[in-house]
Amino acid sequence: MAGGATIELVGLTKRFSGARGGVAALRSVSARIEPGRITGLVGSDGAGKTTLMRVIAGLMAADEGEVRVENAAEVGYMPQSFATYEDLTVADNLALYADLEGVAGAARRARLDELLAFTGLGPFQARLAGRLSGGMRQKLALACALMRPPDALLLDEPSVGVDPLSRRELWEIVSGLAAKGALVLWSTAYLDEAERCAAVLVLHQGRLVYAGPPGSFTGPLAGRTFALYAPAASLRAVQRRAGVQPGIVDAVRRERALRLVVAEGPAPKLADLLAEDERAGAALEPVRPTFEDALVAALRSTAEPSPTPLLAAPAPIADLDRPTARPVEVANLTRRFDSFVAVDSVSFAVERGEIFGLLGPNGAGKSTIFKVLCGLLPPSGGTALIAGIDLSRARAAARERIGYMSQRFSLYGELSVGQNLAFFAGVYGLSGRRKRERIAAVSAEFGLRALEDERAGALPLGHRQRLALAAALLHEPAILFLDEPTSGVDPVTRREFWLRINALAEAGVTVMVSTHFLEEAEYCDRLAILYEGRLIALGSAADLKRAHAPPGTTAPPGIEDAFIALIRAQARAAA
Amino acid sequence: MWRRIVALVVKEFLAVLKDRKSRAVLLVLPFLQLGVFPFATTFEVTGIRLAVLNEDAGAEGRELVSRFTATPTFRAVATLTHSSEIAPMIDSRRAELVLHVGKTFSRALKTGASAPVQLIADGRNSNTALITLAYAGEIVGAFGREHARAPLPAALVDRAWFNPNLGSLWSILPGILAIIISVATTSITAFSLAREKEVGTFQQLLVTPLRPVEIVIGKTLPALAIGLGESAVIVAAMVLLYRMPLVGRVGLLYVGIPLFLLANIGMGLMVSSVARTQQQALLGAFLFLLPEVILSGFATPIGNMPDWIQTLTYVNPMRYFLVISQGVFLKDLPADAVLAQAWPMALIALGSLTVAGWLFRRRLY
Repeated sequence: MAGGATIELVGLTKRFSGARGGVAALRSVSARIEPGRITGLVGSDGAGKTTLMRVIAGLMAADEGEVRVENAAEVGYMPQSFATYEDLTVADNLALYADLEGVAGAARRARLDELLAFTGLGPFQARLAGRLSGGMRQKLALACALMRPPDALLLDEPSVGVDPLSRRELWEIVSGLAAKGALVLWSTAYLDEAERCAAVLVLHQGRLVYAGPPGSFTGPLAGRTFALYAPAASLRAVQRRAGVQPGIVDAVRRERALRLVVAEGPAPKLADLLAEDERAGAALEPVRPTFEDALVAALRSTAEPSPTPLLAAPAPIADLDRPTARPVEVANLTRRFDSFVAVDSVSFAVERGEIFGLLGPNGAGKSTIFKVLCGLLPPSGGTALIAGIDLSRARAAARERIGYMSQRFSLYGELSVGQNLAFFAGVYGLSGRRKRERIAAVSAEFGLRALEDERAGALPLGHRQRLALAAALLHEPAILFLDEPTSGVDPVTRREFWLRINALAEAGVTVMVSTHFLEEAEYCDRLAILYEGRLIALGSAADLKRAHAPPGTTAPPGIEDAFIALIRAQARAAA
Repeated sequence: MWRRIVALVVKEFLAVLKDRKSRAVLLVLPFLQLGVFPFATTFEVTGIRLAVLNEDAGAEGRELVSRFTATPTFRAVATLTHSSEIAPMIDSRRAELVLHVGKTFSRALKTGASAPVQLIADGRNSNTALITLAYAGEIVGAFGREHARAPLPAALVDRAWFNPNLGSLWSILPGILAIIISVATTSITAFSLAREKEVGTFQQLLVTPLRPVEIVIGKTLPALAIGLGESAVIVAAMVLLYRMPLVGRVGLLYVGIPLFLLANIGMGLMVSSVARTQQQALLGAFLFLLPEVILSGFATPIGNMPDWIQTLTYVNPMRYFLVISQGVFLKDLPADAVLAQAWPMALIALGSLTVAGWLFRRRLY
């Protein structure tokens, strides 16, 4: 597009002063952003995405370097939490922004109608913004940001908190803008979104790791990615071994295979990966490298090594010695809030050592089920058993058997790592020698010894996650609850986390995961898909994908496709 | 159960001591308050701006004027020559009191007739005006007695018991003690839970085997300990720095203090179990503390309030503690009188702590 807006970044560096000598949020970032397409700004939480957006938008000055914006009269910026007024209706919000932007006269009505049609918000004009779903609220925010059509549009994580269906619609709206010649910078932590962009800037810890089309990012990995099928072996065990094997960059379980990314050189042989008795029926097939593979390979070279060899045998779990009933059993579970039915007669059972995911859009009821199972809420109807303990009777007793790690890694930030561990050991009733032993054990296992005196709040995200998991495991629970454990975390840290979870599951710990983050769903053995309080599908990711793939898809469907197809079918049935 | 509570108590102490803001609330604020409040809330009035209009030519007129100007209570700011100047002086607040001695003052005194003196006070601050007029009345009264031909038929001799010099500091300090310790403990407890909710650790606490009653105990004990320590330092400062008499038994004071603290902690916990953010907690604590002080009898006697407000003060723990605090310091309050004030506070403490524990659970749903 000749004459379109371009943004050129030249050696941008930005430091924030902080507790320990400050943090560099951006380290000499140079790149060129072209018009007429969506450029993805890809990175995990804390990678520097928001800082870069704010520097480009002129809200923050860089310490070094400069931003050159060409041919752009209007640069629109939509921050992560865009200020739509919750107590105003959709129409009022739009009118307010029209006033603020000085859109008046005949053009005003036309522009508002255009935006309403464009975002599909027409039927919801009278609704309060606070009552909109996450996806609709983002569309409204986008409409407000687009009041005067900008030549360049900066969107900071527009798809966070938005269900997959609305995420796609949002993407299509923005694609339409880009097709008309606008420059769009879309920041995201979701790698499937990154893959859909025409170009990407990949940030990691403030550094530009890659800039260019996403397809070329995977280029160097050609011939280095494989799927390993080994029906006779425990894939988890193979994965753990592969994780420390030289020449293997990455090993991730995907459905019935182990995805491998290997270092440059000759292709790996089955004999290197599997013991003799595991090789029956095994196969190693080359597969197409994905964006995630490329990112992991790029980050592995910079990432600090894992604190402990994950080859170590899984920690023995004392609680498992007790003979127990099924770890989790839910029958016709119902939970009402006044007249609102948040969970409607849901039944499922989880086996020992299983990783079980609850998946669904916001408001589907997964967090309510989680709260019931964690003993925070009594059920209104049906039964819920944790290790055979009835949650409508002995909630405190049931809570002793579970570990819980929340999305926000809820730790006491002002306390040191050691003090946090001592506290959680204490509230779970550990004392004396057992307390000392358990703290020593998890500290060693999670590489926290060197960090003992650090303030928990000052730790980087990955370390904080490790500490939170360590704290949840101090009392050796038989069942572990994880609430969106790895959203926003970079893929290397995420892999490390799931390796640990796998090791725990192998040792017999039952793991319950609640998430709306589809990448996390891939790590679960089985998934329960919830929609409007009801269980609409139950099975392994592979089964669900096969059973619910939208007709006419040629490429292997992702879990997201299956999920969207399921939800659309439900919505149709309800209509 | 106690093991879990100990862990919570230890954590609470660490969290308070490591957080700079809480440290300031605990360690600096009370002493600033102790240094400033007693002087700021003094009821004594000094340096009143006085304008004098003396139309009398005699020695008696001059003498009366000099009795005003010689005390530190009054400060002469203007000498007027005509009665038309009086109004502007008061209107512009250049003077708070105008002393007007009439033309016939000395003559009337000499002839034994009545000799009126006019005092005009600025009533816009009624409290100051009342005290000013009382002082002025005393001066004129004393002058009158001395110049009277015969002794007055009835003379008033007053004695203020327990506070013989009527030093306002003595009546204020026991109240300051109550205010400082209630502000510190209420705000600390109100903030601690709201903060945990903001950070997300509250949910984490609730999934541990801790029961609501254990959380209440674990949050109460540290605040109680902090309040007790703080009260000890303040009592010591009152006696040593402000030379306050401590007539009664300290032991009886310490029957009242823990109960008063518990009642305040209960209120703080109630506030924080309802508040979602620290901001809401601040507002909630304020909404409780302000009426607690105003309806306690600290500044204005409860007996002067309308009946329905007097009824309201029965649920105010400070009302009871103030009686104990003032009683023990100034008049050796007997044990049974202390107990009569102690059990209502115990009841309030029990009630508020129970409701707080119940609210913990409710708010999660």
